[in-house]
Amino acid sequence: MSTYAQKKGFGATVWDYLTTVDHKKIAILYLIAGGLFFLIGGLEAVFIRIQLAVPNNDFVSAGAFNEIITMHGTTMIFLAAMPLLFAFMNAVMPLQIGARDVAFPFVNALGFWLFFFGGIFLNLSWFLGGAPDAGWTSYASLAIHSKGHGVDFYVLGLQISGFGTLMGGINFLVTIINMRAPGMTYMRMPLFTWSTFVASAMILFAFPPLTVGLTLMMFDRLFGANFFEVAMGGNTIIWEHLFWVFGHPEVYILILPAFGIFSEIFSTFSRKRLFGYSSMVFATVLIGFLGFMVWAHHMFTTGLGPVANAIFAVATMAIGVPTGIKIFNWLFTMWGGSVKFTTPMYYAFGFIPSFVCGGVTGVMVATAAADYQYHDTYFVVAHFHYVIVGGVVLALLAGTHYWWPKMFGTMLNETLGKITFWLFFIGFHLTFFIQHFLGLWGMPRRVFTFLPGQGFDAANMVSSVGAAFMSAGVILLLLNIVVTQVKNVKVGNDPWEDGRTLEWAIPSPPPFYNFKQLPLVRGLDALWLEKMEGKKGMTPAEPLGDIHMPNASFIPFMISLGLFIAAFGAMYHVNDKPWAIPVLILGLAVTFGSMLVRSLKDDHGFHIHKEELQDEKGAEA
Amino acid sequence: MQAEEKLTYETWPASPEKSTLEAKNKFLGFWLFLGGETVLFASLFATYLSLKDKVPDSTHHLAKDIFSVPLTLVATMLLLTSSLTSVYAMYHMKNFAFKKMMIWLGITVLLGFGFLGLEIYEFNHYVHEYGHTFTSSAFASAFYTLVGFHGAHVCFGLGWILALMIRNYKRGLNLYNAPKFYVASLYWHFIDVVWVFIFTVVYLMGMVG
Repeated sequence: MSTYAQKKGFGATVWDYLTTVDHKKIAILYLIAGGLFFLIGGLEAVFIRIQLAVPNNDFVSAGAFNEIITMHGTTMIFLAAMPLLFAFMNAVMPLQIGARDVAFPFVNALGFWLFFFGGIFLNLSWFLGGAPDAGWTSYASLAIHSKGHGVDFYVLGLQISGFGTLMGGINFLVTIINMRAPGMTYMRMPLFTWSTFVASAMILFAFPPLTVGLTLMMFDRLFGANFFEVAMGGNTIIWEHLFWVFGHPEVYILILPAFGIFSEIFSTFSRKRLFGYSSMVFATVLIGFLGFMVWAHHMFTTGLGPVANAIFAVATMAIGVPTGIKIFNWLFTMWGGSVKFTTPMYYAFGFIPSFVCGGVTGVMVATAAADYQYHDTYFVVAHFHYVIVGGVVLALLAGTHYWWPKMFGTMLNETLGKITFWLFFIGFHLTFFIQHFLGLWGMPRRVFTFLPGQGFDAANMVSSVGAAFMSAGVILLLLNIVVTQVKNVKVGNDPWEDGRTLEWAIPSPPPFYNFKQLPLVRGLDALWLEKMEGKKGMTPAEPLGDIHMPNASFIPFMISLGLFIAAFGAMYHVNDKPWAIPVLILGLAVTFGSMLVRSLKDDHGFHIHKEELQDEKGAEA
Repeated sequence: MQAEEKLTYETWPASPEKSTLEAKNKFLGFWLFLGGETVLFASLFATYLSLKDKVPDSTHHLAKDIFSVPLTLVATMLLLTSSLTSVYAMYHMKNFAFKKMMIWLGITVLLGFGFLGLEIYEFNHYVHEYGHTFTSSAFASAFYTLVGFHGAHVCFGLGWILALMIRNYKRGLNLYNAPKFYVASLYWHFIDVVWVFIFTVVYLMGMVG
């Protein structure tokens, strides 16, 4: 008998999750933590829209408004969108390549706990003297003069969670390069795996500049350095460059996996091979490459000069080409397909026009000369919400419905799902479409209120009503989740019946070793191929044998906890608190001590024996 | 091959650093990590270059006033030699010669400590001779951050190699710890490469003004 099927008490379950190195459980942790931060960020968005619903509103003060918009942006990008994508990458990517595990299970757990403690640290700012208020971009010219510890929370919190993301990225890269099942060549990998691969490579090269930027900011604010102090020879533009050298690739890190999710959904529910698979792969890689060449389009009005602006403008527009290739490939995938209108497919349908809108305004703001008009207006707010919400968030919601059965073994209610879609979709366009016009009419970004009679009143009210619809959609999704989990109707391997890729070849949720025998992959859409030849499942590529698995560990939690403690010491040392430096040292000692224990203690993992596997029911390869 | 296997000189594989799946993963993952580290140092170099000689007023010393060739040249020689000795250590690791590997690693560590000692002396010298402190100017902040980041890497690398040496002192080589020694030496080479750039960009280019 294996132990995983036995019923566990609450404490044992908590301990299990605190120490787990299983990528599927880490995925659930990412989903829960990312979902929690998504709700917090959403609540902040609702506060913004309440404040701006009517002119001269005093729902929140100007200072609190700055904190709310900063935390909304920071939370949504770093603590909601990224971890929710990581949830799906963890849950699905290893299954899609036919792997039993990720390359670095321990590092994977460490990545999660670093992100989690970083996120908690950042959000504690609300209770410890005020949140960061210099915008999610935290430009140095504002940030170094921000009073209190808000910006310190931003700097230290993002630093900790950024380490986690970097480790996650390296783990995914090595997993995809080294651990593919027999026959799973690069050009047979599902698009979601491809986009995970490219996004991880981007994480590897985009996060270090952020690390450096945050370090410089930390040194300036907490340790008396002068990187951004102009009177001491400093230069605040350095922050802008470092931030956007990270920040622009970051938006592609978010959108590429979203494209990957939709590619899976289009192909599955059109019951047709993805149109132009190789051009999709090429477009993904090209977007990943070009994503590093366009950061200065965020800085057109900084004054880099016409040559720099022109080069970055053209490079930016060039990204429209591979993105266009993708849009047409999705349309042609549906063309002639036998389309099934499931909830994920609703989101996929809604995504195309929404994202194209965001793409069109993207080319508009990429036009450097015109950008002087759009800059810092609601037009830009509308643009990036069309690509992030219309692209990434729709993909996350679609992915939640699509892979829920694989992650939890239950199927979300389709009717509620479709109502959720309509509420969210209508609410989204209601909120953000009008903001294009608000921007063109001259309403600036980041203002906490506006005067009546400037022509902004009705449009802002419309936008706020849209936010209410979106909120209703999210609440309905939560309700759907609760209802589904309470009913707890278990589903089989392939609940959508049209699964094409390897994750649908194994039970839902999969056993902790994923594949009893590694599958033999004979082509793109490996499972579909077998189904079309009348087979029930995959052909095993190996005889039944012992399986090597990693041991659970509490060390990832401890390493992250140490940095969390150290961050408080670093932050309060500027207030001349006597305990600050000892706390800093204690925290670092916990972190490095835990790393030392990890290094000194051998961890060979364990083997599941062949005999135990033979007893296991329903876990065919 | 399994990590727990007992091996002899005859059965020891040609590339013990990548003969198990765990080792292969470690090997590749560490190379990728070094790719990220490269971007990290590139960002620090860019910051340093844009803030070089940016001081609040003319009483502050500039790069050409404070750097001296002999001191940094000796430091460079120590670190470059330590990279060579770590190559010897890995050569012996691949030949299953544990004792020889430990001796060369020991020499590597000693040279590393020599370098670190010189760097501490150097920083101390700048602070007391020239008033060139971390907080005195943007130039100084950028200098200490770039060179200090490298110094911290040296420090971490020394601790790492020492921990590996002490942990495996009694049990010799196996396929579980061979990849660990190997990636530690990779890290050490990387530190060395970064220093070559620091020596060129910060010190040599600094002295010509």
